[in-house]
Amino acid sequence: MGLVKMQKSLQDYTKSLFLEGILDSQFLQLQQLQDESNPDFVSQVVTLFFQDSDRILNDLSLSLDQQVVDFKKVDPHVHQLKGSSSSIGAQRVKNACVVFRNFCEQQNIEACHRWLQQVKQEYYLVKNRLETLFKLEQQIVASGGMIVAFEPGF
Amino acid sequence: MAVGEVMRMEIPAGGDLTVTPPELHVLAVDDSIVDRKVIERLLRISACKVTTVDSGARALQYLGLDGNKGASDLKDLKVNLIVTDYSMPGLTGYDLLKKIKESSTFREIPVVIMSSENILTRIEQCLKEGAEDFLLKPVKLADVKRIKQLIMRNEAEECKTSSLSNKRKLVEGNIDTSSSSSSSHDDSSVEDIPSSKRMKSEFENLSSLH
Repeated sequence: MGLVKMQKSLQDYTKSLFLEGILDSQFLQLQQLQDESNPDFVSQVVTLFFQDSDRILNDLSLSLDQQVVDFKKVDPHVHQLKGSSSSIGAQRVKNACVVFRNFCEQQNIEACHRWLQQVKQEYYLVKNRLETLFKLEQQIVASGGMIVAFEPGF
Repeated sequence: MAVGEVMRMEIPAGGDLTVTPPELHVLAVDDSIVDRKVIERLLRISACKVTTVDSGARALQYLGLDGNKGASDLKDLKVNLIVTDYSMPGLTGYDLLKKIKESSTFREIPVVIMSSENILTRIEQCLKEGAEDFLLKPVKLADVKRIKQLIMRNEAEECKTSSLSNKRKLVEGNIDTSSSSSSSHDDSSVEDIPSSKRMKSEFENLSSLH
């Protein structure tokens, strides 16, 4: 595939993530912070997000599986995940965390279990999509091309 | 030279006063590794020197405010601005703000609070305690640029005030290196009060309108 086609693929793919609400404008903010001096900034932040989120989701699963759920432990984890997903523009993860947090406040264990699954689903989705996006970028760079900043145009 | 002053003014006898603003050194406090990475980049891209720490306790340690006399040697650069998350385990951003404003050495350093939650009482509480500004997360480049301009402008005003006073004293043949100058009749809009207190009085004016 020629460079031009690859770059078009990347633009279209990125656009679809915004249209599906998987990413929001905060992701664009991060892309604006990337330049020749920091060419891997976005993937670095996102990698930190993946590592951090894997840890948090693991802790959440353990906390909710206890005989007696300590919501004082659960809430800060959800708050953290909500914050970090918001910081990278992972909109659907963030929104799921908001609902999850409400049920934490209500101490509704059943709903919390349901929404932990929902959060995980959204997280795996954005993780999968972003990994694909970075692969597309790598292909472009490997072919000698440059990553053009995404212009939403909507 | 008071702690927190950015500008170093050379005052040649009878010569012009020129200012070359050095970079702001910002201490960024956030328990989230993702947010630390982002705020660090936002600040660096805005031409600031950045030190990040992951807790209020570490921030106090870095400043040398934790009672450990040896710790203040860790700090190689004066801190010109502190940007801190509000919700942190242990010491919250608000607790950190209070400790800084209670310190005679550091109370002049502007403190900006960041929070993902837009809670009016929280914002009011922080401003009342002397926070320079309150940023809603996720923080954007425009927010950082605005804060930087605000801080640089405040520093410039304070420097102008103290330099005008020094210049006057130079002319009068009475050089006083104290930076606690008071009269500046040239610019009546420049008040010789710390920027945080100015923010506080502005806030009080605003709230009295309701």
